[in-house]
Amino acid sequence: MRLSIASILTAALLATSPALAAGGYGKLLDHEFAFDGMFGAYDQGELQRGYKIYEQACSACHGMKFVPFRALADENGPGFSNAEVQEIASRYEVADEAGDPGDTRPGKPFDYFPTPMAVGNPPDMSLLAKARAGGALHIYSVLLGYTGEEKEVAGTFLYENTGYGGYFGMSQPLWEGDIEYTDGSPETLEQYANDVSAFLMWAAEPKLVERKQAGVWSLGFLILFAVLVYFTNRRVWAQVKGSKGPHS
Amino acid sequence: MAQTDDNHGHVKDEDRRDILFLATGATAAVGVASAVWPLIDQMNASASVLALSTMQVDVGGLEPGQEMTVSFLKAPVFIRRMTEEDMAAVADEDPSSMPDPDPRNPNAAGDAATLQDRLVDPARDIIVLSGVCTHLGCVPLGDGAGDFNGWFCPCHGSHYDALGRIRQGPAPQNLPVPVASLDGDTLTLG
Amino acid sequence: MGTIPQEHYEPKEGTTSKWINDRLPIVGMMDHLQKFPTPKNLNWAYVFGGILVLFLAIQIITGITLAMHYKVGEYSSFSSVEHIMRDVNYGWLLRYAHQNGASFFFIAVYAHIFRGLYYGSYKAPREILWIIGVLIFVVMMATAFMGYVLPWGQMSFWGAKVITSLFGAIPLVGDSVKEWLWGGPFVGEATLVRMFSLHYLLPFVIAGLTVLHIWALHHVGNTNPTGVEVRKESIETVKKDTVPFSPFYVTKDLFAILVFLIAFAFFLYFAPNYLGHPDNYIEADPLVTPAHIVPEWYFLPFYAILRAITFDLFWIIPAKLGGVIAMFAAIAILAFAPWLDTSNVRSTTYRPIYRWWFLVLVVDFFVLMWAGAQPAEGLVPLISLVATIYWFAHFLIVLPVVGLIEKPLPRPESIEEAYKAKHDDDYDADKTRATGKAHEPKPESNLPQPAE
Repeated sequence: MRLSIASILTAALLATSPALAAGGYGKLLDHEFAFDGMFGAYDQGELQRGYKIYEQACSACHGMKFVPFRALADENGPGFSNAEVQEIASRYEVADEAGDPGDTRPGKPFDYFPTPMAVGNPPDMSLLAKARAGGALHIYSVLLGYTGEEKEVAGTFLYENTGYGGYFGMSQPLWEGDIEYTDGSPETLEQYANDVSAFLMWAAEPKLVERKQAGVWSLGFLILFAVLVYFTNRRVWAQVKGSKGPHS
Repeated sequence: MAQTDDNHGHVKDEDRRDILFLATGATAAVGVASAVWPLIDQMNASASVLALSTMQVDVGGLEPGQEMTVSFLKAPVFIRRMTEEDMAAVADEDPSSMPDPDPRNPNAAGDAATLQDRLVDPARDIIVLSGVCTHLGCVPLGDGAGDFNGWFCPCHGSHYDALGRIRQGPAPQNLPVPVASLDGDTLTLG
Repeated sequence: MGTIPQEHYEPKEGTTSKWINDRLPIVGMMDHLQKFPTPKNLNWAYVFGGILVLFLAIQIITGITLAMHYKVGEYSSFSSVEHIMRDVNYGWLLRYAHQNGASFFFIAVYAHIFRGLYYGSYKAPREILWIIGVLIFVVMMATAFMGYVLPWGQMSFWGAKVITSLFGAIPLVGDSVKEWLWGGPFVGEATLVRMFSLHYLLPFVIAGLTVLHIWALHHVGNTNPTGVEVRKESIETVKKDTVPFSPFYVTKDLFAILVFLIAFAFFLYFAPNYLGHPDNYIEADPLVTPAHIVPEWYFLPFYAILRAITFDLFWIIPAKLGGVIAMFAAIAILAFAPWLDTSNVRSTTYRPIYRWWFLVLVVDFFVLMWAGAQPAEGLVPLISLVATIYWFAHFLIVLPVVGLIEKPLPRPESIEEAYKAKHDDDYDADKTRATGKAHEPKPESNLPQPAE
């Protein structure tokens, strides 16, 4: 009974991962994002369009308190120019720490996306794509998951959504043709959902591209190193094992 | 551990082994170096700190003779709009006889601490100074303090003139002018 | 130094090494470590000790660098982790390495423990070596738990609340102990800050215990897959059974480490949040409980045992307390294995009956792990209970009884013999040169080399 304990452990690890075990979530649609996979990366056009949707359709209720405006200029992110970032920042009112409590001033690049006052405590979107099982795909599935059914519970309207998996409080936020695209991309709901989900993934994980690039490099290096050490180890042990070694 | 041998064919094999060991060792060194670099780099300035390394100040509200202090990179910066008399008084002084004749101004073209070369923009009447005494780092008092109508450091009695040049006391250098540029009423620091 | 005869270090006269060694015998110690006679027949199940040392180092180094940017506090912990992830140079790498490093640390420690159980590493004279190992495991779990609290996400908060509430089950003083742990009547900043303090301290306790663990190992020597001890009569017999640690096990362990690191790198770079829970990316909120509180995967087997006790034990211990006792007992019972096992055969390889029970224990462990991840409904509580009972029965019944009734298979006379048998083909060909000095590096070219 030769044990390969590591492989058993790893297999069980995958089978019992809490991410898989956790239930109660809605149905995920089948969709591939540009950033999926080992070599996936953010698409700048998607992120810029996604930002536009965030600003026009989401930002009235959802803040992004961990995302600074300056990040919008990231090379591996939306890649807006510094002038564009300044302009975008100035469109938001942020707390003025130099003034009286409650005072606001136009945002500057080093400020963070403000949290709007909104009814029902809508979640902050900085980490939304990592705080839901399914990640960006969950957001995509919710945006495309409205069935049109609604019901009133204790004076509040709830809307059925297959992506959410039941009824919840957000009415459909995006409709076909709502947001005007200037780069010729189709103004369909699917395209909107893809773009804003990609943008929110970037907001939650801005270093994804750097991470995957470093990962490809690291894995390649480790495999090369392991091969070298494998042969070195064989040579070393050839002295003990006798004929097994470089000469055969 | 490789030893040479009188058998020619096997010497070659020893060489091959040495190359393998050498390659493995070199790869290990590369691996260690690339693992160590993030540990070092994490102590360098983070993106949020770097984002604060430029700052814009509206100087439009300053009247001649008025002075303001802003906090830039956790240190005071003095911004003063000089009066005609201030400018006239320092215009003809010869900096070569002063304790520090160097302009200490990265924005200046010349190399003497004259009125022209102490200003961020020689065409303007705005003097911008790092508010840290060059002696031991105290913050000097302003608004014409000291014997030279400029700043006076209360810690050890250094007197700076209206252009922030050291004139008397233990401080070795003029108050440096930070990297800055003036565009209309907007002063950009850094 | 140890019980295995080993050539003593003699520094050359007039060298710096001698000057140092006369004052602090550290050169001699390094020499001892390098030349430590290690059984030459260790298989790949014996690589996890080296991997664990590496991962302790990775956790400590990434942890210290993270602490340069992490700001402990009810309102700063979560955002400072985001600062690390977004703004600090390579902060994402350090944080993900630390987070996934904990998981891989536990993969290695479980593999190490089960290897020890399979090859009888706990048996005399290695009881203290084994018990120190169990202590390390306990401190590791405490450290991991406290570390998980630090990001102050929803799972951090609720995990901390649920686990510390366990101490409330202690009769009479439970509530006072709980409040003492929390630093007040609720889980809050006081709780968080002490978790950080201890999370920073305990890894160094682990490092200290590791030194003791390795000290004990070097005193009694490694076990090996045959379970037959190295012949300690003389340096000559030792040399027949062992090879010096360096270079033989340096290269072998390094290869194993690299394979392990490849798996680690895959998670770290391509699925860094796979082993985590999405709810921990939501800031702690004392007013909203997550739908399904699950501990990290490495706690699941013991969490299942905790939940398995849903009834009063022996009519006097309430269920809540029973679960807590069972959970701690399930770990503590490992420490008694040396005395519960009645077999005089060390390696399970030669135990035809026990090997099946060992397999049952491994399966039982994974069943518990699976059960711990499920909501406690349907068949899950029953499965947890049965698996929990087996866990205890294995140590309290199987180990003593099987040892008494089992007829072990014939074992080799020595490690040398077993090694020869395994590397038969090679050995016959160059028997002449291998005798006695097989482990001494020497030019191979003196001898004709047979084709494989």
